[in-house]
Amino acid sequence: MMEVTTSHYVVLSTLLLLVGIVGILTRRNILVLLMSVELMLNAVNINLAAFSASLQQVHGQVFSIFVITVAAAEAAVGLGILIALFRNKQAIHADEIDLLRW
Amino acid sequence: MTLDSVLFYVLAALILASSILTITRRNVVYAAVWLVNTLVGVAGIFLLRGAEFLAGVQVIVYIGGIMVLFLFVIMLVSGHDEAVQRRFSNQKWPALAGAVAVCGMLSVIVLRGVGSLDHPGMPEAPPIGSITENSQQVGQVLFSQYLLPFELASILLLVAIIGAIVMSKTRNRATEG
Repeated sequence: MMEVTTSHYVVLSTLLLLVGIVGILTRRNILVLLMSVELMLNAVNINLAAFSASLQQVHGQVFSIFVITVAAAEAAVGLGILIALFRNKQAIHADEIDLLRW
Repeated sequence: MTLDSVLFYVLAALILASSILTITRRNVVYAAVWLVNTLVGVAGIFLLRGAEFLAGVQVIVYIGGIMVLFLFVIMLVSGHDEAVQRRFSNQKWPALAGAVAVCGMLSVIVLRGVGSLDHPGMPEAPPIGSITENSQQVGQVLFSQYLLPFELASILLLVAIIGAIVMSKTRNRATEG
């Protein structure tokens, strides 16, 4: 086995991003779609932490904190929209929501 | 094989297996629990890269905050009909093909680029310092160089909180009329 380098982390983060993309494109449940978004954001964070360590700088970690902040805001707003949607249409599947107004 | 390599491969296997289980489980609660598993693995990766503060933030904010919010919403909206519902959308095969195409392009880009990431002049990962040291460095950079983005992030969170409350509150008049 070879020594773990930055490229190992980049490959791991690419694979995690791809799992997130597959999830967001194929699933129907909006909750799972939001979870897939979290997976993709975590892939970005792995990249940022890996480059932050390899460049011996802390800026990547600071940027990761901002990414986590935006993820929290996104989850709160997304779940709020989901609750409003469920209350009005009883729908939690993405392909049931195909009208711009009702 | 050093301890770091063993830990990396174990954590990578954990992350990938849990993330695949996250997007394939039929029951949303199971998916959420597997996502928690994935997030723990990512926190371990942060620790491995010497980002202790980030690992703490990951556990507290993601697992303690976002995932609990997810579980609350799952209990609010989820019915008991998951067993009879289709998991994947109608266009899952085109979607999978598109995802595989994106996968191919990304892999080509990454595999071309990874060689240049590890040139000998680049310093290897720093030794894992004490937690206070890393937190101190992050705090200093965050509150000097990134002060304006930090304040903007707090405004963003405020707006998100207000938006979430406005969208999810019940409007009695609307339901009555």
